[in-house]
Amino acid sequence: MSTAAVSQIDQVKTTPWSGGRSPFNVEYGKMMMWFFLLSDAFTFSSLLISYGALRFSASAWPSAALVFQSVPGLIEHGAPLVFVGMMTFILIMSSVTMVLAVEAGHRNSRKEVIWWMIGTVIGGLMFLGCQALEWNHLHSEGFWWSSIPNPATLKEFFGSNVPYGAQATSAHQFANLFFTITGFHGFHVFTGVVINIIITINVLLGTYEKRGSYLMIEKVGLYWHFVDLVWVFVFTFFYLV
Amino acid sequence: MSTETIEVHADHGEHDGMTRGRIWKVFFILLAITCVEFFIALVLVQGKIIGGNIANPIYIILTLFKAFYIVAYFMHLKFEKVSLIFAIIVPILFIIGLILVLTNESHHWIDLRM
Repeated sequence: MSTAAVSQIDQVKTTPWSGGRSPFNVEYGKMMMWFFLLSDAFTFSSLLISYGALRFSASAWPSAALVFQSVPGLIEHGAPLVFVGMMTFILIMSSVTMVLAVEAGHRNSRKEVIWWMIGTVIGGLMFLGCQALEWNHLHSEGFWWSSIPNPATLKEFFGSNVPYGAQATSAHQFANLFFTITGFHGFHVFTGVVINIIITINVLLGTYEKRGSYLMIEKVGLYWHFVDLVWVFVFTFFYLV
Repeated sequence: MSTETIEVHADHGEHDGMTRGRIWKVFFILLAITCVEFFIALVLVQGKIIGGNIANPIYIILTLFKAFYIVAYFMHLKFEKVSLIFAIIVPILFIIGLILVLTNESHHWIDLRM
């Protein structure tokens, strides 16, 4: 019995898929976060694709440049995209502070993680505040779930002479879809902020310092970036197209 | 439990991927793309230089670029194992399928409404 010839079949394989370890080489919780986000991506896609299908099949649609042209509290008319531009900037900014918190976590720098996390929470709260103002503005114009502005106001949101019946139908669809989709996204932002606050408290208590790894920041970061990712699509399909 | 976590962390090798400089670079790319979108919406479309039929595909392409930068760099997916990248990206094909089916379907809905 020589030691040289180990039969092919007895050799222990070390390839990623030969068992004994995760082929994805990520920690369990992080992988589950990815799979959750994938399922969430399907949910948001279904919502946005239904929006697209209804809008494609409508003969007229409220013009984004006419519906969203105010900065609540400052400018009433003639400033399309300014307010939502601010919201987009806030959310991208808070995504950057989040990724900086993750980066600080890799260096086990507790102090930096705390400050970047606080920045992220503030960004999230600012975004939610802006969203509340935006909803309030649309609501004051008469939009809400299955409710639309009076015919005189409604006429301003359509380009040329669209018959009232078509206006009312697509305005209803627009109102329902807008509040459902931005509401669902806003709910994600809200839960994201709550989770970020919990994580920040944990960092302050030194939980991850004791654990020796700030991997939890990374998992929460994934969720937060996903919220930003969804907003990029909501922004394009509701405000630009 | 915690030692396992650290091990996974240590042999990951992904963290060479994102430095602070790179994070800000991605941020400015995202900001620049958003500014281009605003330029198209506020100057080109409002000024009636191009119509919505040209602007909309450009918006969608730019949005996909933004999505790529967020997922690849902010969410680190670019630096993960190839198997994880495929596990996340391949199911997205179903979404493309749904888009194709429903855009096609919506063209029939127009006829039903008329």
